[in-house]
Order: sequence, then structure tokens, then C-alpha cells
Amino acid sequence: MTAPVSGSMSGPASAAVPSPVARMTPGPAPGTSSDPPPVGDGCRLGSLRKGQRAVVTGLDESAVATPLPPGELERRMIEMGLIEGARVEILHEGFPGSDPLAVRINDHTLAMRRAEAHAVLVTLG
Amino acid sequence: MSDSAVLAAPVLVAPPRIALVGNPNCGKTALFNALTGARQKVANYPGVTVERKVGEFLSPAGARVQVIDLPGTYSLRARSPDEEVTRDVVLGRFEHETPPDVMVCVADATNLRLHLRLVLELKKLGRPIILALNMMDVAEARGCRVDASALSAALGVPVVPTVAIKRTGVVGLLDQIDRSMMVMAADGPPAPCGWSEPSARDLRAYHQEVEAILAAALRDAGKPSLATQRIDAALLHPAIGLPFLFLVLFLMFQAVFAWAALPMDMIDQGLGWVQAAAGAALPEGMLKSLITDGIIAGVGSVVIFLPQILVLFLFILILESTGYMARAAFLLDRLMGGVGLHGRAFIPLLSSFACAVPGIMAARTIENRADRLATIMIAPLMTCSARLPVYTLIIAAFVPERTVAGGMIGLQGLVMFTLYAAGILSALAVAFVLKRTIFKGAREPLLMELPAYRLPSPRDLLIGLLERARIFLARAGTVIFAIMILLWFLGTFPGAPEGATGPAIDYSFAGMLGHALAPLLAPIGFTWQIAIALVPGMAAREVAVAALGTVYALSETGDALSGSLSGVLAADWSLPTALSLLAWFVFAPQCVSTLSVVKRETNSWFWMLVMIAYMTLLAYGAAFVTFRLSSALLGG
Ligand SMILES: Nc1nc2c(ncn2[C@@H]2O[C@H](COP(=O)(O)OP(=O)(O)OP(=O)(O)O)[C@@H](O)[C@H]2O)c(=O)[nH]1
Ligand SMILES: [Mg+2]
Repeated sequence: MTAPVSGSMSGPASAAVPSPVARMTPGPAPGTSSDPPPVGDGCRLGSLRKGQRAVVTGLDESAVATPLPPGELERRMIEMGLIEGARVEILHEGFPGSDPLAVRINDHTLAMRRAEAHAVLVTLG
Repeated sequence: MSDSAVLAAPVLVAPPRIALVGNPNCGKTALFNALTGARQKVANYPGVTVERKVGEFLSPAGARVQVIDLPGTYSLRARSPDEEVTRDVVLGRFEHETPPDVMVCVADATNLRLHLRLVLELKKLGRPIILALNMMDVAEARGCRVDASALSAALGVPVVPTVAIKRTGVVGLLDQIDRSMMVMAADGPPAPCGWSEPSARDLRAYHQEVEAILAAALRDAGKPSLATQRIDAALLHPAIGLPFLFLVLFLMFQAVFAWAALPMDMIDQGLGWVQAAAGAALPEGMLKSLITDGIIAGVGSVVIFLPQILVLFLFILILESTGYMARAAFLLDRLMGGVGLHGRAFIPLLSSFACAVPGIMAARTIENRADRLATIMIAPLMTCSARLPVYTLIIAAFVPERTVAGGMIGLQGLVMFTLYAAGILSALAVAFVLKRTIFKGAREPLLMELPAYRLPSPRDLLIGLLERARIFLARAGTVIFAIMILLWFLGTFPGAPEGATGPAIDYSFAGMLGHALAPLLAPIGFTWQIAIALVPGMAAREVAVAALGTVYALSETGDALSGSLSGVLAADWSLPTALSLLAWFVFAPQCVSTLSVVKRETNSWFWMLVMIAYMTLLAYGAAFVTFRLSSALLGG
């Protein structure tokens, strides 16, 4: 059973987590990058491979291009169980490009694309 | 039964109303059916119910209670039109409707962590709530143990364990509904609605509350379905997944031919026998012609396709009830993305193989308006079951019945598959164009639950098939029957003038109409008989077949009637004409119900007219090219 991770849930994750837009490379504009750099000591759900397990540490939709209004992707993800403390595991990968992903989140399985999975910050384990 | 239980409009003297609310795929409709005896569609993927359905039952206390089944939703924020229906009913925003008196929240006992969050949101509405803890059988099998009374105490809501598909716990639920309504009556007016759209922070707070409740009530979280994971390891495998999906679809179309052949032959012989018997028993004259040429030839030529339609539905029902539908959407997301469609669009599109009407309605689950419109516009290009009779008839007449690839594949089935493929490919092409012109915009994210696999219950499959058969035969017995009688009149009167050489239909109203339309359709190789059949075919595509049956029955002079319709066509049409008609029907927008549902779902005449225009254009163009090319190649 997952212990509620209090403290890290005190507010919207985008405020709690430093901006992921690392200013090291003059690469594509933020939001279009398909593989944003890892944040802190964690990484993103979108860069995990099949069989890897992790725990969600936060949500950060700023790294993802979506047609949705700001904040909407984050709310949808929370409603589908992607919330701080949730245990996730990549069960299956699609084809081609190992996309989309079938991700187990606690007790259910969600299909999602890698692009959006990049909005989910995780730590392995 | 289902007709009486499902009322379209709210009744005047309002009985107490309860609504079934919950996450998608938790068993709301199964519970609705258990409560009311209705037969609404239950299937194993999220987003089956897309509109509200109203039914009634008698509570143990003897009160008439109205139940509303609603589309599943993850929150009251409503991201798509189906979820808006739920939100509007629950918040009482529907015109002339108060909010439901009691809400029965349905939750999947194996996935409380997700499902309880919505229950907490619903509690904010300030109305009486009952939690139906559904799928208790699955929970037990997975070693997931929930303490219902602890859950009830922690949640502050009565909890009733249920197994909706076995009707277990329904009595307990009924008792609880009576009790809640008594409490409600004693309490006076409900508390004011305290719901407002939750922010991300509120959502997190709900989840934290759920964790606290589960800490008190969840004794054992149980194990996830290992079988599902194993099956998916194969069916979602990068190398196996897509080929398997295409194999399943291919087998479906082969089976439509192979399995249905014998029962179709039997119906054919039976009809021939009935026609002969009626012909012998009835005195020569108008009545005999009406019954044998008008009714038996017309309606019979459609009824004969019942076995094929049932085989097709059997496949679709199995795909829907096992849980494979959501997997297909997963597998196709990347490919459909190539033309700008959402993986979810597969579900409405596959339903459209049965009939475009439910398919177009299923598009409600697509959140983005542009994506939804694009899906609606291409749904009628999926070969619906009403086109099956047209295809089968022409294939039976013109494609020899033999096998290719060493006896493995039937040639007729292969041609059928090609026609289906033509529909699918042109749908993708149209989507590609639409998404690059009128419906521009980035793709909506994919966030879709993959439910655990379930074995379909044979009883449910049988009920589903019988329901289908009933609908099909009812249509043949009403709409098609009426049109055939009308057509028989138009094809018989006014009779042939003195000394005429051709059959009477040549001089009838229908004949005049056919001959008038013929020049328009001559460039694509259609005969005047086809022209006549296309007009009543506007009502529904299979009517075209029935109409051909009647028109040719009336056209036959003498006793040539004995041959089946396909035999008559084989003798009468050239191959290019037959191919051209097939090409026409891949695109033809001839279905009043489809057009009216497009009008309703898009809430505009404009999109309906666009659909008519683009499909007619494609139909005429495809038929023209097919006719010219095949004429040139075959030296016709
Ligand atoms: N084993 C088991 N299966 C159930 C139970 N209730 C429903 N199901 C199955 O769960 C699936 C979903 O049931 P539905 O009644 O269609 O679910 P719904 O909540 O109406 O779904 P939507 O209309 O998509 O929101 C179907 O495959 C049902 O057969 C149950 O108590 N036990
Ligand atoms: Mg339902």
C-alpha cells in the first residue's frame, strides 16, 4: 500500500518543481522536444522502458505540447490516477516507436502516449 | 420488454428518480439492466453508454422509482459530450428536470483508489448517495478484500456490495434505496449544492482523502489480473499486435461468407417454396403479383441476409465484451495518428461496421470537437451491415465460388474483404484531407483505461444476437415491407398500353422515373432498373436490394421468376456495371437515419449537407472510374 506522500503534494506540482526547461542546448523550443532532460535526481515516465517501475513524484505539463488549455492535462492526469505517490509500471509498448504505452497505475492500466507521459515526473524503484 | 422499461421522455407525475453515476466501465448499465429488466448495451470498454437512458422499477416498499443510466465519467468537469450529459443530469441542468433525488454511485471494488475520488466529488452535491460496490466477484477472485462497513463509516455513505451481471446484491440495493428515500423525505429539502469545478489542488486533496479512507477500509489490495497481463504481452506485442488485429478483422469478413452460406441457402429455398406455394394458391391477378413480386420478392431478398448480419454482430459483440476494443484503439493510435485521428476513433469506427448510427453517437467520447467531427464525417464510409446485402448479392452473381491460396481463402470472401478495405482506406484518406484543411489542430492526448479481459457470457451474446435479429426483422417487416408495397404500385400502374411488347413496369410510374434518371446514371453504367432501386434505397441501403428484387420480379416476363435474384442479375448486367455499383455503394450516402443522426450530433445542417455532397461526389466519381476502367480492360 502506498503511503501518502505528504509535503510534496502541497500545491500544483508545476509550482513545486523547478522548471524543466534546461537552458543547455539551443534545441527545439520547449514543448516540442520529444525527450526533455531529466529533472533533478528523477526522470520522466515518458523515458521509461518496458518493465521499469517507478513512483510518481510530480506533474509538469509545461514540457508537453498539447492543444488543451493550461492546467487541463494535469487535472486529467490526476483524475486518471497519475498523482504523487502512485506506483507506475510500463507494462507494454506499442509499435512503431515504442508508442503508445500501457502503464499500470496502482490498480488499473492506462494507455497513454510517450509525449504526454513526459509530463509525469517519477523516481525509479 | 426493453421498450416498455426504457422511456424516452420524463413522465408527468414524477416518481422519485435515482441516477446511476460512476467511472466508465464499472458496471452501471449492467446494474441498470438488473434493476429494470432492460437490455441496454453492456460491454467491456470505457465509453459504452453515451446518452442517458431512463427506466423504471417497483421498489420493495411498492413505490414506482425512475432510474437513469448515465455515461461514465472520471469527474463532473465533463471533457466530452457524453460526460456533459452526466454532468447536466447530476447538476440538474437539463431543461424541465430537477436533479435526481438519490444518486447510486457505482464503483469497481477492484479499483477503489480511482473510483472513490468521484464519489467524494459527488458527495459535495449535498444529495443522498448510495455506494454500490460492484464487481465483488472479481475482487474476491483477485484476493482484494474491502470491509464494506468500515468503508461506509469512513465515507459517510451507505455501501452495498453488488455483482451486477449476476444480479447479486440488487435486493440489498433496493432496500437501501427505499431507506434513503425515507430519510430524504424526513430530512426535508436537500443541502445546497456545494460542488464547484475542482482545481488540481482540490483533486489532489480528494485523492489524499481516498488514501485515508482506504487505509481504514481496504483489508487487502489483492493482485492485478495476471491473465490480462499475459494475454496483453502477446496481443499488444510490437510484432504480433497489429498483424493479429488485421487477422481478426480478416477472419470476421471471411466468416460472414463462410458461416452464413448454409443458413442463407436454406432461407433462399424456403422463400422459393413460399413464393411457389403462394403463386399456386392465389388466383392469377393483381393480388398474386403484389404478394409474390412485391412482398415476397422484395422483403425476402433482404431477410435472406439475416445470417450474415448475425455472424458480423457475433464478432463485434465478442470484440466488445472481451475488452479487445480498447486494445485495438491502443494498437491503432500510432497508425490513425498518421492521418490525424485519435486512437479512440477506432471504437466508433468499428461500431460503424454494424451501423453508422451508433458509431456516430459513440464519437461523443472523443473530447476534441475537430477530432470528433472528422470521425463523424468518415464513419459512414465504414461498410455498415446494411451494405452487406448489396455486396453479397452482387458478389454472389458475379464472383465465382472458388477458393484461392490452396483452398484456404474463399474468393468471394476475399472480394468482400477488398470492399471493406476500400471503405476503410478511403475513410483514412478523407480524414487525412479533413485534418489538414478544415479540422486542423494538434491531437488530443490519449488517456484511456485498458480494462481487464473478461470471458463473454454466452447468454449475453445470445441476447445481443436475438436483439439484433429482432431489430433487423422488424425493419424488414415494417419500413421495407411498406416501401415494397409502394414500389409495387409504382411499378405496376399505370398498366402497359394495348399492344405493348415489354413488361408492364416499362410503362409504369417507376419505369418512367427510372428512364428519366437513366441518362444521369448511364455514364457510370447503371441500368434503369438500378436507377429505380436507388430511389427507395435512400431510406436505407438494404432497401435497394429489396427494390431490385421487386423491380426484376416485375420485369420478368413469363415464368422466369424461378431463378434467384443473383441469377437474374448475372444474366442481365455486364461485369463493369456490377463493379460500378459496388464502387457506388462503398461511398453512397444513402441512409436517412445516418444523415439525421449527423444533423443531431453536430447540431448543424451544414455538416450533414457537407456529408451528402462529398459522399455523393465520391460515389459518382468512383463508379465512373470503375465503370470506364473495367469496360476498357474487359473490352466491354
Ligand atoms: N465480473 C463482473 N463483471 C461485471 C460486473 N458488472 C459489470 N461487469 C462487466 O463490466 C463491463 C462493463 O459493464 P457496463 O455495465 O457496460 O459498464 P458501464 O459502467 O455502464 O460502462 P460505461 O457505459 O462505458 O460507462 C462489462 O463487460 C460487464 O459484463 C460485475 O459485477 N462482475
Ligand atoms: Mg454503461
